Amino acid sequence: MTQVPSIAEEQLSTSLSSSKSVTLRIARFNPEHENERKFMEFTIPYEKWTTVLEAILEVKKHFDHSVAVRYSCRQATCGSCGMIINGKPRLACFTKISELDSDIVTVEPMNNFPIIRDLAVRFERLFDTHHKIKPYLIRDDSEITSNEKEFLQSPEELEQYIQFSNCIKCGLCNSACPTMATDSSFVGPQALAQAYRYVADSRDKGKDSRLKVIDDSHGIWRCHFAGSCSQVCPKGVDPAMGIQFLRGYLLGFRS
Amino acid sequence: MRESIIMKIHYGTALAAVALVAVHVLMRLTQSFAESLEYENVIANYQFLPYAGMLEIILILLSVHGFNGLRVILLELKQGRVYEKAVSYGCVAAMIGLIAYGSRTIIMVNMGIV
Amino acid sequence: MTQQDENKEGIGGMINPRRYGIERVAYLLMRLSGLGLLAYFIGHIYETSSILKGEVGWNEFLELTQTNEGHAVLAIVIAMCVFHTVNGIRVMLGHGGVGVGKPARPDYPYTPASQNARHKIGIYSAIVLAAIAMMYGLAVMFGE
Repeated sequence: MTQVPSIAEEQLSTSLSSSKSVTLRIARFNPEHENERKFMEFTIPYEKWTTVLEAILEVKKHFDHSVAVRYSCRQATCGSCGMIINGKPRLACFTKISELDSDIVTVEPMNNFPIIRDLAVRFERLFDTHHKIKPYLIRDDSEITSNEKEFLQSPEELEQYIQFSNCIKCGLCNSACPTMATDSSFVGPQALAQAYRYVADSRDKGKDSRLKVIDDSHGIWRCHFAGSCSQVCPKGVDPAMGIQFLRGYLLGFRS
Repeated sequence: MRESIIMKIHYGTALAAVALVAVHVLMRLTQSFAESLEYENVIANYQFLPYAGMLEIILILLSVHGFNGLRVILLELKQGRVYEKAVSYGCVAAMIGLIAYGSRTIIMVNMGIV
Repeated sequence: MTQQDENKEGIGGMINPRRYGIERVAYLLMRLSGLGLLAYFIGHIYETSSILKGEVGWNEFLELTQTNEGHAVLAIVIAMCVFHTVNGIRVMLGHGGVGVGKPARPDYPYTPASQNARHKIGIYSAIVLAAIAMMYGLAVMFGE
């Protein structure tokens, strides 16, 4: 009968071992019990390829399993592990410690999102605003009722919006946005870029209803083209570009 | 008023003001700076109707643009129904007040009531 | 929900120009110059109304502004005015979708097309022109 290693043994055996190490500072805060944020420091060995998420999971395995962090795919696809890493919003799974070029890596929860605990934040508002801009094709007929089997689209028409459909709803853009820093009613770059994604889709007929939603005192006009959203987007969505094109419809430059 | 209309006015007033303020500044440079600010010269400027008209237009354009800009900044700083209404109406009131105060100067000097 | 509950960065985060390049510096300067110009405009309207007090009133007020400090303030106003104008035109063009690139399939490392050299040149031009205008203003005011 083969002996199965205990969980503790298994975890020990997967510990990172390297000559290089980094000080990982993790923001700890539980809004239900604490009034202010504290930082805990851990010395973590790392390799050239070690990501910040792996370092955090190392802490959870070997030092303090109570660190709260949201993650899933570990390959920049699910958009779960957004956090402030050394002052900038980044995906923890997509940020290598070696690329940060620093002996200290500080991780904090994303700005402009309510904190659940430690590094985990609430996404309700992001999903609410995303839903508000009607992120689906709007038209009277459907692919089932239409005479054609499917809605045809040329490669050129696809190019108009494909970039913006890469959004993984990680919230980094909303965290970097200077307007979101003070305006909790602002629709935000994520939702605005998605509004453009559907408005620019040749199959969609819901432009007017979406423009009506964003033409508000806390809508698209509160974007001042600072471009921080595009700089932090881990999928190359470039929300700033989409927002300016979207504004073009309201200014009459596009139809 | 829809925000898009307000912002179109914001952009329009900006562009028009750039052109007219350029004329206003260049008028200071048609003679030496100190000379252009001498009482008689300033009075002459005000009493030249096209110039007085231009000053009135600049006054309106910059008041609208400036106070709308202030409204935008204030709306982004804090939210809440009462606060936002106070900011919007406050900015409109300040804009009207400034236009009225500036117009009083232009009209009175233009009509020679000094 | 308070600002702390929402974990908003607040004004400090909004005005922090260090993290996101020259675009965020331009964003901050645009706001500051806008507020500064509005304050100057209100002051200017009040200042010019002194002409209603006749030549004595006008000259009294003029004396207050025709000082080194007054000239320095006016030079800063000139710089703010030029920066706000040039950068404002850049931002307006951007808002209309001019010079923000074309949508395309993004490739790693995902350099955003909207944050391109044209807009960066626009920002640097606004800063340089503001500096030149300020120098010219100082030369005109102190040269007399």
